[in-house]
Amino acid sequence: MIELISQHPFIAALLALLMLGLVFGATLGFGAVKFAVDGDPIVDQINAILPQTQCGQCGYPGCKPYAEAIANGDAINKCPPGGEAGIHELANLLDVEPIALDDEHGVEDIKKVAYIREDECIGCTKCIQACPIDAILGAAKLMHTVIVSECTGCDLCVEPCPVDCIDMIPVATGTRAWKWEIPDRDPSHNANIIVTDNTNNQNGHAA
Amino acid sequence: MNKIWDFHGGIHPLENKTQSLTKAIVTAPIAPQLTLPLSQHIGAPAKPIVQVGDQVLKGQCIAEAVGPVSVPLHAPTSGTVIAIEQRTIPHASGLEDNCIVIEANGNDEWRTRNPITDYTQLDKNTLIKIISHAGISGMGGAGFPTSIKLNTRDDIAIDTLILNATECEPYITSDHSLMREYADEIANGVAILAKIIKPTKILFGIEDNKLDVVDGISAALAQHDFAALTGLATEAEVITFPTKYPSGGEKQLIQILTGKEVPSGGLPAQLGIVCQNIGTAVAIHNAVCLDEPLISRITTVTGDAVNQPCNYHVLLGTPVEFLLAQSDYQKNQSARLIMGGPMMGFALANTAVPIVKTTNCILAPTEEELPTPPPAQACIRCGMCAEACPASLLPQQLYWFAQGKELDKLEEHNIADCIECGACSYVCPSNIPLVQYYRASKVDIRQRKVDHQNAELAKERFDARQERLQRLEDEKIAARKARQAAAKLAAEQRGKEDVKNAAVEAAVERVKAKKAKGVQESPAAKESENQANIIATESDDPIARAVAKRAAQLAEDAANPENKLIRAIDSAKQRVSKSQTRVVDAEANNDENLAIFKQAAEKAEAKLASAQQALIDFRAQSSAQE
Repeated sequence: MIELISQHPFIAALLALLMLGLVFGATLGFGAVKFAVDGDPIVDQINAILPQTQCGQCGYPGCKPYAEAIANGDAINKCPPGGEAGIHELANLLDVEPIALDDEHGVEDIKKVAYIREDECIGCTKCIQACPIDAILGAAKLMHTVIVSECTGCDLCVEPCPVDCIDMIPVATGTRAWKWEIPDRDPSHNANIIVTDNTNNQNGHAA
Repeated sequence: MNKIWDFHGGIHPLENKTQSLTKAIVTAPIAPQLTLPLSQHIGAPAKPIVQVGDQVLKGQCIAEAVGPVSVPLHAPTSGTVIAIEQRTIPHASGLEDNCIVIEANGNDEWRTRNPITDYTQLDKNTLIKIISHAGISGMGGAGFPTSIKLNTRDDIAIDTLILNATECEPYITSDHSLMREYADEIANGVAILAKIIKPTKILFGIEDNKLDVVDGISAALAQHDFAALTGLATEAEVITFPTKYPSGGEKQLIQILTGKEVPSGGLPAQLGIVCQNIGTAVAIHNAVCLDEPLISRITTVTGDAVNQPCNYHVLLGTPVEFLLAQSDYQKNQSARLIMGGPMMGFALANTAVPIVKTTNCILAPTEEELPTPPPAQACIRCGMCAEACPASLLPQQLYWFAQGKELDKLEEHNIADCIECGACSYVCPSNIPLVQYYRASKVDIRQRKVDHQNAELAKERFDARQERLQRLEDEKIAARKARQAAAKLAAEQRGKEDVKNAAVEAAVERVKAKKAKGVQESPAAKESENQANIIATESDDPIARAVAKRAAQLAEDAANPENKLIRAIDSAKQRVSKSQTRVVDAEANNDENLAIFKQAAEKAEAKLASAQQALIDFRAQSSAQE
């Protein structure tokens, strides 16, 4: 056998390649089983960026289906609750150019939550069935109420209400919700900005 | 003499401190009305424990702390609570927040005070409790509850107590005048702090533009035997260092005095350091030795638009305009009013806002003194901001990313370490208000974190609901299969081959049994059956339905904008007719919800009217355009 190999280097090369192929094949096969990934990781990453309002404005029944659609090449600009920031994040993740929000699917709005005018509620449970995340509490013929901290503001509960007692109200504003805005180019809008004893007008100097 | 270090960057703006230092501290008279915001500190707002009309005494607790990160609030003088309502508060937003308003009765009558004669006998927890009940939050500017800062974890040994007497911001002299006139109180407060924290070193940091107070402070500190208080070889030392803005920042001061840098995202306690403002030390002295809660503070009133700039010992809640009137404020000369200093302060929306626990200065400059910022020019990448930044950040890069809202990049460039001191804006030759960009971006980053958490929660709940619906569906199928199997078995037993007949029989039997039982059935059970029926008939996915409807509508709208209005009328009409049938039904059945149905019907009619009006308006508009 060894003699045969030593006399025919072609067979030796063939055998060596065969052995290598077997070793690598076995390693890859083992790896594929051992380190198998459940589901499509890119879908999960896209889904993590989507706002999970489950509102269906994108045309898909929930955020996960839209994430799957994006992974399969659908446009990234169909999610109004995610807004511009969401599109930017998706564009970053998928390494594509960010595009403007497709207003066919709605416009970016301030965050709202559903509010049930409780003395008008007749307890029909229709809104409870419509809520995709079980954020409405109540029972038949008893008053319902929205768990504000859980509500995503998808407004799917407004339409089914027979007595029209659900309002979408903006999330509480106030000093805690207030934020600084990115300054405007027009200085008259920035009149209240401090840090004005500037070097240009004073005799101070940088260290 | 302790060695001192330097920190990166910093600037030397004009100090403008002498104007307000010519006079001793003036005790401001009591304003007729005191407005006390419930949120003067970082953390949860306090909860009122008095009612409108209540008589309160000076020093009486009027709002209690809620949760661990919060401080109570006390009446600054005796009088009547006349309102608990939304009032404009001193905040950069100029918004309103809940306030307790007290009308002073002029007696300034104290509640009974039980001063502690010998605090050295008290243990750490008792002292911290006194401080927390006295409503003390950091007097330097941020307003973090002091008791939390002092309640250090047992596993981290604190070896250094730093007293911050830097007061590096231009114009402000409240701490300076405090040191001139209250040296003994400060030293006593330091002694109490030493008793609580048990440090081996006490460093009292003063900038070298306040050298006149060093001897007084040293003498006052020398009266206390710190080693005896802590049981360690503790020594207190007053350290002076060159004036530079912002050496009063906590992290900067720690670096100057100890050479240590507080890690990014870390706290001074990690390095064994606790830093306190001297105003806080005086408040602690008052709370422990006099049983007086935090109801007043020293506030500088200065700027060219006041004729008599000076420092006031003023009750919290005093309106800014009242204090300005004491200083002969020239309203027509004043360009704007600033609470805090010119670097980190904010413009006040109106002059009725009150003095709060963190108000160290009211600045009333003229237009020549602090001109309105000129228009921002483009960034020329000169890098002066990076040289000035005390946190060694790259402000020009942060500015770039903030404009593009690249929050990830901002985080990578450590925007969280920005102390918003304004040194970068100060040196910027293009007059770009850099700090505002960072402030806005920081909030965006925090908001994004909250949104992500909420999205995660919503996803969990959505998944749980989907799983539950699936389970119910599966159970229904399983029950049907079980029934079929049972029917089949029964058929086999009876020797019948036609399984279908058996199934029909079984179904008939089930209905009979139900009817027989129906008499005793409770209304609740019936209701649940109805519910099951509703779910069964509407088992289609509500999302899918809504989506289909929306898509159809949008297509229609695109073709003709008038359609939307017509559709609104249609749906309003539908609602009207629906609600009217409901009212009729309810009247026939004597339903208890009749009133609500009627109300709904009226509302629906109103909506119909407004929809019709909208259509008429639209048509009038479009014909006018044509």
